[in-house]
Amino acid sequence: MARIAFERLAHAYPGVAARALKPMDMVWEDGGAYALLGPSGCGKTTLLNIVSGLLRPSEGRVLFDGLDVTGLSTERRNVAQVFQFPVVYDTMTVRENLAFPLRNRGVPAAATRARVEHVAGLLGLAARLDRRARNLGADEKQKVSLGRGLVREGVSAILFDEPLTVIDPHLKWELRSRLKELHRQVPVTMIYVTHDQTEALTFADRVVVMSEGEVVQVGTPEALFEHPAHTFVGHFIGSPGMNLLPCAVEGRRAVLPGGHRIALPRAYPALPGRVELGIRPEFAAVSREGGLPVTLRRVEDLGRRRIAWVELAGVPLAATLPEGAPVPAEPRLALDPARLHIYADGRLAAGEA
Amino acid sequence: MSLALDSVALSADGRAVLHPVTLELPPGLPNVLLGPTGAGKTTLLRLMAGLDRPGAGRILAEGRDVTGVAVRRRSVAMVYQQFINYPTLSVFENIASPLRVARLPRAELENRVGEAARLLRLEPYLARKPLELSGGQQQRTAIARALVKRAALVLMDEPLANLDYKLREGLREELPKLFAESGAVFVYATTEPAEALLLGGNVATLSEGRVTQFGPAAAVFRHPADLATARAFSDPPLNEAPARAAGGRLRLAFGVALPAPPLPEGDCTIGIRAHQLSLDPVEGAVPLPATVRVAEVTGSESYVHIDVGGLPWVVLAPGVRRPEPGDAATVWLDPRRLLVFGADGRLAATASLAEAA
Repeated sequence: MARIAFERLAHAYPGVAARALKPMDMVWEDGGAYALLGPSGCGKTTLLNIVSGLLRPSEGRVLFDGLDVTGLSTERRNVAQVFQFPVVYDTMTVRENLAFPLRNRGVPAAATRARVEHVAGLLGLAARLDRRARNLGADEKQKVSLGRGLVREGVSAILFDEPLTVIDPHLKWELRSRLKELHRQVPVTMIYVTHDQTEALTFADRVVVMSEGEVVQVGTPEALFEHPAHTFVGHFIGSPGMNLLPCAVEGRRAVLPGGHRIALPRAYPALPGRVELGIRPEFAAVSREGGLPVTLRRVEDLGRRRIAWVELAGVPLAATLPEGAPVPAEPRLALDPARLHIYADGRLAAGEA
Repeated sequence: MSLALDSVALSADGRAVLHPVTLELPPGLPNVLLGPTGAGKTTLLRLMAGLDRPGAGRILAEGRDVTGVAVRRRSVAMVYQQFINYPTLSVFENIASPLRVARLPRAELENRVGEAARLLRLEPYLARKPLELSGGQQQRTAIARALVKRAALVLMDEPLANLDYKLREGLREELPKLFAESGAVFVYATTEPAEALLLGGNVATLSEGRVTQFGPAAAVFRHPADLATARAFSDPPLNEAPARAAGGRLRLAFGVALPAPPLPEGDCTIGIRAHQLSLDPVEGAVPLPATVRVAEVTGSESYVHIDVGGLPWVVLAPGVRRPEPGDAATVWLDPRRLLVFGADGRLAATASLAEAA
């Protein structure tokens, strides 16, 4: 197990002028469950490959427990990895597949056996141990692949690169919760790369959100939901993401599209650049009275909740249509004042209470 | 255009791959095939396309029997999960390729490609090669090519599965608009219940080679006809427990009795979705003792995995909840939100509060 640190780390691929990763200092605490979340092309896989040692950064250093490992291989770093597509030996049994990383490192047979059976039990593979991997379905193969990543004890970290992308939704629930239980039992540093916010938020204690080669926010799932530090985070986390309305701010008031004025929970100084009001659809409710006049465009019935797509003076917003409520003929939009955020040039403005 | 399947079935090696299915798919809105991997979604799509011939039954396009007609002679476009593009052609030429085959006049071709590129936000990339694009852009190119043909039938097999979450969100919103404008019949296969609901058209649930129900997505979600449908249409998985109906009560296997809706006596299975359970007292609900396995927090909500009488259940609770593994918990089960399935798997009693969201 290890505390992993980046010192002025950055990366540019050979022959490409722009950096794939912009300079960053970061610490991954020992035993933490981290998710690395961002759209494709944001640099998350580059960052993961730098942790694992598959890629040497063009600038800066990688430290494991204070030790410079920048030039060390994956093997020397003692890092385990799980990839998006199952990595299993078809001709071997499940047991042999799981034992492989241990045999490779000369773990005694009795210890190997015990460990393999423990991990197989955790992943629901106990009854499959003596089957050939060839005869397994895609889901079970990915379980074996996960098991191979988890089977070694005392690794510095376990890195997951989109491990559940090709898995059916039902099994995703099972595997994710097992992974989380496992982390509770053996708190090894885990870094889980995904573009899927649900996977990231539910797996991780801390989510690292990336955009265009930069870490834009590191926080707990609730911090990312309640206080997005950047409009990118507001948009990327949540489904639908945070509404952003162009506005002008005067102290404790915001002037919204259509000239509507609303009170803000904090006071703001004069703000530079593009100023926006952020409010999540969960905190914007369509009602019959009060609030702001809006035009209802359509209602999405998602089974357990309904999303109302409305327009305020031509600006589209997503809002919540409360349980059991009929669709009002003259809809009004009520914004929860405590949940309003102000952004200047994309960054959360602090304001004063 | 309309597409109808009349008792279409398929067997392989003497085993039924697809049990007889009769469906009428209307144009202009998504018709979603929803089910887990191996349920028969791709089998059904291939039969609709004419890539495979059914063992029994008829396929009718606009009332005309097309059962034996080869795919080349039908007006069909397909989009697959794996992006398929011509790597040596530009994005423009990729989108234009079906029109070149059809020898469309140049002006008309440019018009149509331009329109498809605009809809799928590909205009800045028309001169590039597919491999110079992101995965999402590559799949949008494949979708544009399927749309530009203006085929009467457009079949999509998990088209967004390999795309980024946010990109999926955007396309899920745009696709129904494209469908509504085109007048073609759209069939869309997915494993994800949320996607079926977001697309907002009809849904046909599939389980083990059988179409279990067909209807508007939200209606099927709230009123599943049987256990297989409720399972295919629940994410997180449906919470289930064996039960016995007797004397106006439902007795659960782990020793709890509930007031029951009118039910035939005997063995049954109860089902309840994660968002309909509560960790806080609910008026009229019955408390069940449970043990916490693990909690997953999404920021605004928490999925609390619990053990109820040895069964793995999931509760979706509002707000942030982080009970420790092993903690005792009480989960509140509202009988009015319960689905009850008979021994044959058919819905025996519906949730009386099913209408509420």
